[in-house]
Amino acid sequence: MTEPKTLYQKIWDAHVVDQRDDGTALIYIDRHLVHEVTSPQAFEGLRKAGRKVRRPDLTLAVPDHNLPTTARLDSQGNKVPIADPQSAAQLEALEANAPAFGIRYIGASDINQGIVHVIGPEQGFTLPGTTLVCGDSHTAAHGALGALAFGIGTSEVEHVLATQTLQLTRSKSMEIRVDGELGPGISPKDLILHIIGVIGTAGGTGHVIEYRGKVFETMSIEGRLTVSNMSIEAGARAGLIAPDQATFDYLKGRPMSPKGADWDAALAYWKTLVSDEGARFDTSVTINAADVAPTVTWGTSPEDVVPVNGNVPAPDSYADPSKQDAARKSLTYMGLEPGQAMRDVAVENIFIGSCTNSRIEDLRAAAGILDGRKKADNVKWAIVVPGSGLVKAQAEAEGLDRIFTDAGFEWREPGCSACLGMNPDKVPPGERCASTSNRNFVGRQGPGARTHLMSPAMAAAAAVTGRLTDVRELTR
Amino acid sequence: MKSVQTVEGRAIPFGQKNVDTDVIIAAKWLKTISREGLGQGAFESIRAQEGNIFDDPEYAGASILIAGDNFGCGSSREHAAWALDDMGIKAIIAPSFSDIFSGNAFKNGLLAIALPQEAIDRLMEVAKTEPITIDMESMSVTTPFQDRFSFEMDPFRHQCLMEGLDEIDLTMAKSDAIERHEKNTDSAMHWLKPAAA
Ligand code: SF4
Repeated sequence: MTEPKTLYQKIWDAHVVDQRDDGTALIYIDRHLVHEVTSPQAFEGLRKAGRKVRRPDLTLAVPDHNLPTTARLDSQGNKVPIADPQSAAQLEALEANAPAFGIRYIGASDINQGIVHVIGPEQGFTLPGTTLVCGDSHTAAHGALGALAFGIGTSEVEHVLATQTLQLTRSKSMEIRVDGELGPGISPKDLILHIIGVIGTAGGTGHVIEYRGKVFETMSIEGRLTVSNMSIEAGARAGLIAPDQATFDYLKGRPMSPKGADWDAALAYWKTLVSDEGARFDTSVTINAADVAPTVTWGTSPEDVVPVNGNVPAPDSYADPSKQDAARKSLTYMGLEPGQAMRDVAVENIFIGSCTNSRIEDLRAAAGILDGRKKADNVKWAIVVPGSGLVKAQAEAEGLDRIFTDAGFEWREPGCSACLGMNPDKVPPGERCASTSNRNFVGRQGPGARTHLMSPAMAAAAAVTGRLTDVRELTR
Repeated sequence: MKSVQTVEGRAIPFGQKNVDTDVIIAAKWLKTISREGLGQGAFESIRAQEGNIFDDPEYAGASILIAGDNFGCGSSREHAAWALDDMGIKAIIAPSFSDIFSGNAFKNGLLAIALPQEAIDRLMEVAKTEPITIDMESMSVTTPFQDRFSFEMDPFRHQCLMEGLDEIDLTMAKSDAIERHEKNTDSAMHWLKPAAA
């Protein structure tokens, strides 16, 4: 009998090119996604050293972070120039570097354009059992399809471009088992926020998390992507969910998915991608799905979570003095008082988007709440930013765009948008935003911006009432 | 990569936990296509505060930063390492680092030294008045008061840092093994090649 293996170990073992005695290994990378922010210095490095991209066919480039989410083409079909010269320079660099190195590039006005982590799965570029990297920490998302996917820095981007490998040390494995069923109105976003609240932002450091249990088996691929996406917020470099029939159904017929005999061979292999009975995890955490409430963040770390019907915690309630101190700072930044009911917190901005929650199912959930309703008067700015051109087209075909615009939302072009203060979509200083993104860090959505993370349905509910709201009060 | 044998100098006793890379360098500084000049944007939100430790003349020219748990968490931006390097920091000492940050630090010849909290507490004290020395050969951090803390480092990284080896060159020397892997997967797992879209 061979030792039972975890899913992580199986994928790792299949990609070892060279094993060193000191425990590090050279790991082959099957898929590399490239965007404009973390790649210019890598291409520059290649150029300086006179190196080529080893496998341009395994590399896919798309702009997302810097792109304004307003119309990309004018009425004549000409490119709308980008006002910020630095953003423009970064975008131009990618547009020039991709063809110069023979890499497939999806341009800003291509219907396939979108946030890297949305388009990877959508195009069938992300596949189970592959190793996938991108110069972006939310690459963890792709683990939802059973790919070993993680974010890398720019030097590593350069290393992968040049060699199609990375020198890595094996991580520890962590099992997060969620038993039971999520209650009505509770979404995958609530679940992952709850998980991060339980294990903390450093809880998964040094680990690859495998999400297991019935909740994930019955979860849609979109939902799994939301969960795995935020693995990095729990400190883990990667998340994994074993591929199953839902994964195969999702991938079949996608543009870059295997076809014909290749599909059959792939399927046979993918079916072996589960953690073996008795496989040992270095760390195991069990969560009861019934404990998960509609969840929001109150502070400036994704672990600062509380059920929406709860109150802002008192800093003194933490045992750790440094956490007390951090909580005090967070509350000052967030303009909140200990003990204040979360449901009394008024919001002026609503952001529905980001690689965490901008897929069709997210938009459907938000539209389901907004249908026939309007945003509250105190909500000054509400935007919906689909994760890709294909998501946008699908939503429009379903009439979701009308529901959003009728409710007073702006309907935008795909991109990272207000997830980070890098493009024109920013939350004004001192104002609050009910956001479906993944980071509530100080200044993340713009200098002085106050972020409350939540699910798309919860963000829609906040738009309707103008304050943080338990979405279950608005479900019909 | 330049080789690093020792880092000696004043250390900024910063001490904060969970310092994310957005704090080290905010998103607006990421719109660059070069690795240089990011020092001016480092810790911007902290430096905006009166009397902050980074602008304290006591620590002008410091080459070491002492921080709390989970340093460099959050976004994968290597700009954080470039910014620290550009502000003259050559080593960061903390109880733990995010995986991505410690990788990024290493690639840029920055030392990310993990020491237990007690050692950090002691170094935070010493740093207020005295310099600190990191010796790569003996893998130890010492102070003028005879404190001595040993640290561990991944042997591969240790060797690369000591000898100033270029990682891409090292990997390229293994191109036979890479090619073999590609040939094997190409026949056994032909589906791995992305379908032409
Ligand atoms: S949407 Fe936000 S988290 Fe996702 S890739 Fe873009 S900036 Fe990063």
